[in-house]
Amino acid sequence: MALPAVAIYSFLYLYPAISNLLYSTQRWDGVTKAQFVGLHNFKYLATSDDLFHKIVANNFRFSFVVVILQTLFSLMFAIFLLKNTKANIFLRTLFFFPTILSSVSVGLIWTFLYNPNFGFINASLKAIGLNKLALNWLSDGRYSLYSIAIAQIWFHTGQMIVIYLAGLQQIPAELYEAADVDGATRWQQFRNITWPMALPTTAVVVAYTTIQTFRAFDLVYAMTQGGPMNSSDLIVTSIYNMAFGAYKFGYASAESVVLVVVVLVITWIQRRTLRVDYGSR
Amino acid sequence: MFYNVSRRVLLAIFAIAVIVPSSIVVLGTFKKDIEIYTKPLAFPKHWSLTNFHNLINQGNVFVPFKNSLIVAFFSVFFTLLIASMAAFAISRMITVTGKVLFLLFSLGLAIPGQVNIIPIYLLFVKLHLTNSLVGLILVNIAITLPISIFILTTFFRDLPKEMFEVAGIDGAGLFRTYRSIALPLSRPAMGATGIFLFVICWNDLLYPLMLITQSDKKTLPLTLIDFRGEYATSYSMLFTAIMVASVPMVLMYIFMQKSFVAGLTAGAVKG
Repeated sequence: MALPAVAIYSFLYLYPAISNLLYSTQRWDGVTKAQFVGLHNFKYLATSDDLFHKIVANNFRFSFVVVILQTLFSLMFAIFLLKNTKANIFLRTLFFFPTILSSVSVGLIWTFLYNPNFGFINASLKAIGLNKLALNWLSDGRYSLYSIAIAQIWFHTGQMIVIYLAGLQQIPAELYEAADVDGATRWQQFRNITWPMALPTTAVVVAYTTIQTFRAFDLVYAMTQGGPMNSSDLIVTSIYNMAFGAYKFGYASAESVVLVVVVLVITWIQRRTLRVDYGSR
Repeated sequence: MFYNVSRRVLLAIFAIAVIVPSSIVVLGTFKKDIEIYTKPLAFPKHWSLTNFHNLINQGNVFVPFKNSLIVAFFSVFFTLLIASMAAFAISRMITVTGKVLFLLFSLGLAIPGQVNIIPIYLLFVKLHLTNSLVGLILVNIAITLPISIFILTTFFRDLPKEMFEVAGIDGAGLFRTYRSIALPLSRPAMGATGIFLFVICWNDLLYPLMLITQSDKKTLPLTLIDFRGEYATSYSMLFTAIMVASVPMVLMYIFMQKSFVAGLTAGAVKG
């Protein structure tokens, strides 16, 4: 009964993943005959490709900002919305709403909001006299990556709030009641009950968000296509451009092998640190 | 006191951050471009359906809508079918094979699907599966199989074993038990997983971008990208197209909110 799944999975998932390894050792434009170059692609990626280094750094920056802020916001809003009141249930529904939009829609809506001339953000800033803050959000290389990060956070925080809510609702109410009796402040309750008890959920949210940011493609493609001057280029957009813009299939495959390694290493580190942390409490 | 005030302020800020862009889009579908640029949040001077008319007349939203529907529907249907069969078999196998299979599919969770774009593209060129909806459906099935099997296996494992054992004693084979017991019981789980898969397939950009160039095979995300003009974008048309593309998701969200949220979060937690 598992046969159809195994067949499709092997043919369209495992086989491509393995042939990807093979392509990564070749120099190939997709037309002429592929040329075996051994580990040359990786050597070049590691030592001489400054652009790729910049892009990997971009991706780490992007992930760092999104993971920290999105986790913080979603934990905060989940705590705010924990009680099942009507208002809270409505707000949960509202906050989840961006998640159901397609990433392309989100990217294009934010492109409008960010437009320096008539976009809503700059228009509002100018209206309240903050002309200095009316930046070229997407066309200035200093801000483009972070502007996309904001859109990404807007897009997915609602989903993470729901995950946190599920985790927080597992915490026994008696703990808080006992803390109340002992006269613990809100901050102490958060510090000593909510945070440690929610740590497994935090691990899930952080791991998921991290992988999501290293897979990110759609928002960048819809908003800046990596520009200006590769300032918002991420690993997957660069793989795509390398293969389907520059027709360097072998080299692009090598980049995607690097992506796998990066993702696996980060996941591994996170699992270790967050688990150790959890166990020690 | 301080907590309550800051709670309200922060909730209000996020609420506004969601409501304002959504309103701009919804209101924008009834406006002319110039009105969107000058007064994005105001009600339109004249509520007009011109944008919808133009969109339909230009004919570049109906075909992609249909394509997206076909691709999403068949991808979800076959993934659920194939994945539930495999998940059921894995959950019933106490032997090494079950564990090995589960491990094999878990491997797919660790490798991001984006990594396979180049080999899949080259393979599909060889098989003449580019510019084909069947090709997109196959890719979707392959990409979503590991996560679906993962979610459904954990679900099947939680079902009481006795039920299946009794069926076994009564002479029902593996397939019969799957069809008559496991499948009916798993309707909520299948529903939630199905919605989760539908969202992925409906919104996917990367694979269609790479595999589809013919305009009559384009899916909605590709069409939306095309609305972004080289020099100037007509936001009234773009917003209208976004609205049309979002309608199925919004309807599903309104009418099946529980399964929707369950599906989208199960995907995250299990993944």
